[in-house]
Amino acid sequence: MATQAASAQPSLDVARIREDFPILNRMVYGKPLVYLDNAATSQKPRSVIESLVDYYENYNANVHRGVHSLSMEATDAMEAARTKVAKFVGAETDECIIWTRNATESLNLVAHTWARAHVHEGDEIVTTPMEHHSNLVPWQELAIAKGAKLRFLPMTDEGTLDLTAVDSVISKRTKLVAVTQASNSLGTINPVEELAQAAHAHGAKILVDGAQSAPHMPVNVQDLGADFFAFSGHKMMGPTGIGALYTKREILDEMEPLLTGGEMVLQVTYEKASWADLPMRFEAGTPNIADAIAFGVATDYLNNLGMDNVRKHEESLTEYALERFSQIKEFTVFGPRSVELRGGIISFHNENLHPHDLGTYLDRQGIAIRTGHHCTMPLMGKLGVPATARASLYVYNTEAEIDCLIEAINGALRYFRNGS
Amino acid sequence: MDLNSLDDLYRDAILDHRRTPRNREVIDNPGSAAHAINPFCGDEVNLQLIFTKDRLDQVGAQAIGCSINQATTSMLSEAIVGKSTLEIRRLAKSFESMMRGADPDDEALKTMEDLPQLKGVREYPVRIKCALLSWSALEDALPNAVI
Repeated sequence: MATQAASAQPSLDVARIREDFPILNRMVYGKPLVYLDNAATSQKPRSVIESLVDYYENYNANVHRGVHSLSMEATDAMEAARTKVAKFVGAETDECIIWTRNATESLNLVAHTWARAHVHEGDEIVTTPMEHHSNLVPWQELAIAKGAKLRFLPMTDEGTLDLTAVDSVISKRTKLVAVTQASNSLGTINPVEELAQAAHAHGAKILVDGAQSAPHMPVNVQDLGADFFAFSGHKMMGPTGIGALYTKREILDEMEPLLTGGEMVLQVTYEKASWADLPMRFEAGTPNIADAIAFGVATDYLNNLGMDNVRKHEESLTEYALERFSQIKEFTVFGPRSVELRGGIISFHNENLHPHDLGTYLDRQGIAIRTGHHCTMPLMGKLGVPATARASLYVYNTEAEIDCLIEAINGALRYFRNGS
Repeated sequence: MDLNSLDDLYRDAILDHRRTPRNREVIDNPGSAAHAINPFCGDEVNLQLIFTKDRLDQVGAQAIGCSINQATTSMLSEAIVGKSTLEIRRLAKSFESMMRGADPDDEALKTMEDLPQLKGVREYPVRIKCALLSWSALEDALPNAVI
């Protein structure tokens, strides 16, 4: 592979990292791109992009059971990627990682398999008010189908979970606690370990939505005590269309497959079939080979930077951004003030400047942010706003880019106040 | 910075309607009313209509959301007063055609009042839905109004 990530240093050389991301050289309306929509999807380093080309140009073949060279190479590369991804989140074995399309599919896989089998009438599923729709709607559907009850841990005004309520909400009726490790709207990082202990104390399982945490901080699913951990490749420098579900081995052994067909069977007669070993039992049909391999390359890139370093850089950048935002009194910034309690997702709102007007204005200056409800409509209701503007940071962002954002927001305030 | 092209979107008339929306007062006991919401951004429009004989006599129009939604709702409320349901439907058609790229002819222009100022929205495809929300509320309010 021609490119390699900037070598791991105690403090990262961001200028050097930026050189690994071809898209960061792009101009938008004649301005250098300032990409602050990383919670939606991250940009990709050259090594990830090249690995896709490498696969299609040099060893494109279907995986498993192939006796020819290309098939074996493709199989080895995809399974090596599984090992990398498993290690990246601290899974006990490679088989605990099932390829999916994205975190949404991972969450739905749990809802449609393990949860269908284990959640019954009168049982409770506990979640939080800050979940992405993808970790809310599947549980609503399940609760309706099963006659189970959905309960919510309360949230403080600062947007953190109120842990004093854990003992009254998580009980022996709880079958599953479904919680995000990092909120995509507030940036809040939730104390998953404590919630896992509370869940396990009552015999419940805990499912963690890691879509916004795995890309930005060191994650070890075993230390967290997670029974399930869902994440997406594309938010962590990998390609779109590939995600993963970690499931604790002992749970996975007893889980029934969702999809059936090719690849996932051991023996098939005209009457019946038996299932293949893990993890293929859950991967019916030809998998997303190229993107799985590239997902592995993305974890190489992140490991090379060091996830501790990634987190440190984002903490310091978030601190800087929050400080700069505090100087614009017209805006409310949501989520915890302390950077120890949050990631680099900053949602903000001004009553007189609608997020879409602001987003359009910023776009004209090359600045990409997201505006809207961020797939957390009930949370927006709780915050009392229809939508927010959201800037979300990653390891390649700089203080200069935050300055650029702040200056442009001030420009937008003047523009919409004065009309020119 | 490319503020010139931004000015094509946010023309003075649009910013003016946003700052001082017309017909904003809610009409109690209207002949008909409708509410439209864009679930993707949370923008909302409420319309109340009172027809006298077959002409629109009074309109109440309240928009919550971005400048384009607020300005369109305000401009729409001005343009529909005094018109029959048939004329309002023609107006809606002219506006939608304009948003799809067809410039209104002279006859249509006469009926559109400030609405042609929204032409610049066409250059911002993701914002066109902001300009159409109040029309969808209007469509819902109309059939009841004629009964």
